[in-house]
Amino acid sequence: MSIEIRSAPHIKAPRSVEMIMRHVVWSLMPICAFYIYQYGLSAFASLVVVTGSCLLTERWFTKTGTQSGDISDYSAVITGLLLALSLPPGFPLWMGAVAGFVAIALGKALFGGIGFNVFNPALVGRAFVQAAFPQAIATYTPSFLPGRFHEMVPSSMAVPFMQPADVLEWLKLKQLDALAGATPLAKWKFEGVLAGAEELVTSLSGHMAVGPSPALILVCGIYLAMRRFMDWRIPAAILGSAGLTAWILFAISPERFPNPFFMLFSGGLILGAVYMATDMATSPVTPKGMWVYGAFIGLMTVVIRYYSGLPEGVMYAILLGNAATPLIERITQPTPFGKSALARLGQVKRGASYPLHPGYISREDAGAVTPKKRFLPNKPKREDRES
Amino acid sequence: MSQPTAKTWDEFMEGVWRQNPVFVMVLGMCPALAVTVSAINALSMGVATTFVLICSCALVSMTRRFTPKEVRIAVYIVIIATFVTAVDYAIQAISLALYDALGAFIQLIVVNCIILGRAEAHAAKNPPLPAMINAAGMGLGFTIGLFALGSVREIFGAGALFGVPLFGEGFQPWVVMVLPPGGFFVLGCWLLLFAAIERRKQRKLVEVTENV
Repeated sequence: MSIEIRSAPHIKAPRSVEMIMRHVVWSLMPICAFYIYQYGLSAFASLVVVTGSCLLTERWFTKTGTQSGDISDYSAVITGLLLALSLPPGFPLWMGAVAGFVAIALGKALFGGIGFNVFNPALVGRAFVQAAFPQAIATYTPSFLPGRFHEMVPSSMAVPFMQPADVLEWLKLKQLDALAGATPLAKWKFEGVLAGAEELVTSLSGHMAVGPSPALILVCGIYLAMRRFMDWRIPAAILGSAGLTAWILFAISPERFPNPFFMLFSGGLILGAVYMATDMATSPVTPKGMWVYGAFIGLMTVVIRYYSGLPEGVMYAILLGNAATPLIERITQPTPFGKSALARLGQVKRGASYPLHPGYISREDAGAVTPKKRFLPNKPKREDRES
Repeated sequence: MSQPTAKTWDEFMEGVWRQNPVFVMVLGMCPALAVTVSAINALSMGVATTFVLICSCALVSMTRRFTPKEVRIAVYIVIIATFVTAVDYAIQAISLALYDALGAFIQLIVVNCIILGRAEAHAAKNPPLPAMINAAGMGLGFTIGLFALGSVREIFGAGALFGVPLFGEGFQPWVVMVLPPGGFFVLGCWLLLFAAIERRKQRKLVEVTENV
């Protein structure tokens, strides 16, 4: 009988990347269904095209060996669905395909595939199209339009590389009241009109240009958190910090800033907090770090929304949080069991579970003597190599 | 007679292809990223740099025997600055619009590391004619690099090449391509392409040697 000696963990749950990703995709399904119910045919086309573009790009990069991982691990599906959900429903399909390609190629394949990416791929794709097509990405159409199931928004079917059709003209033909084609956030920022919190939570009333219902997203997120496919700390920290910041500002000057409920339930904050910021590869693994990361994203979201030229700030806030993740992990290393007494006495500089300056990086801390340089006796000369 | 010609050609092609300043050595990135918004800007920047490069390399090479080693960098800078001033006035006289578009980057040719690098590494050690040929190759390589960036950015960012619309009415411009990030994206794509070509060539070379 052979004895196998292994390092921890010794007990494994039957849980793989593919299984976690599949559960996230399932939990996204009700949200996608609601989105299609809101916007009809063009939302469905957008979801299919963007996800298809992501999958094709992933397939190409895994096949050519540029990227690790496998297309069957569902991670590209999540990227595609989240990207489509974060774009306007009437977004031209060819631009959606570009966004999907950039998301996987620039956000994921360039770094080496699943688990190596620094930034959330879906947000990389969205940031690219926001910079490339600022006008198209700000053009929202109202939800629950009559006849949305047998007619597409005209801008969806734009010829590749050509400008999309004018949506405002098409909306005028529909003859609906109060159709500005702007999101509640843009309306508040540029026109000073505030939407009610109850309307925002369900997304059901009127013809508001909003994404899927925040309440539904929260329910799906709670399911994921209960099954431990996602850490509840990150969304809790983001929503808590955004709500707290907004509430403090609201208390200071209620006429200038909207109420905190508007802040929490408008725009993509809930979707971003639950599904995008919690991406496992790009968020901290330390529990304390998750709180710091979430608090940073929430604060940045409010700051960008209130004090910048953009109506929505969730995307850039999460990208900044992703960039700060390695630093956050570094300063929030947990104290290993048994080390805390020493740490309190000042014997250990920091309760890191790994040396902050390992020997292979810096020898100065260890007081080691640098070995003398030894030259190779038969080092090839410059002229030899060039000839 | 064939021996010197082959060597001269080799020296010329070194800058154009094997040691291309933009794609291989990745030098002179400031103008390569900043002024390549359109093909015509990129091309004129390349031509201006090439002129300065050839002239200053010739003069550096001619004065190499009596330039004191200790102050050689200062001497090179003065020589380069002279020609840059000439180019600066010439462009201002030819086209004011182009002068405004290129902005401070014409004056900044002085600190372009390709020119100083060529003067230090090649012109200071060789007679004038080879130095000029080498400089011309480098200048052409730089111009090709800038043009490759500028044309792609103009096609995507404005749907045109040299100001001539390519796609007709209703083209959707990719705004990001005329912004600074677009320069990095396009440069990255070109570097990727050249790295892929190089890798394929190496693989073929290995296959050939294995078969032999």
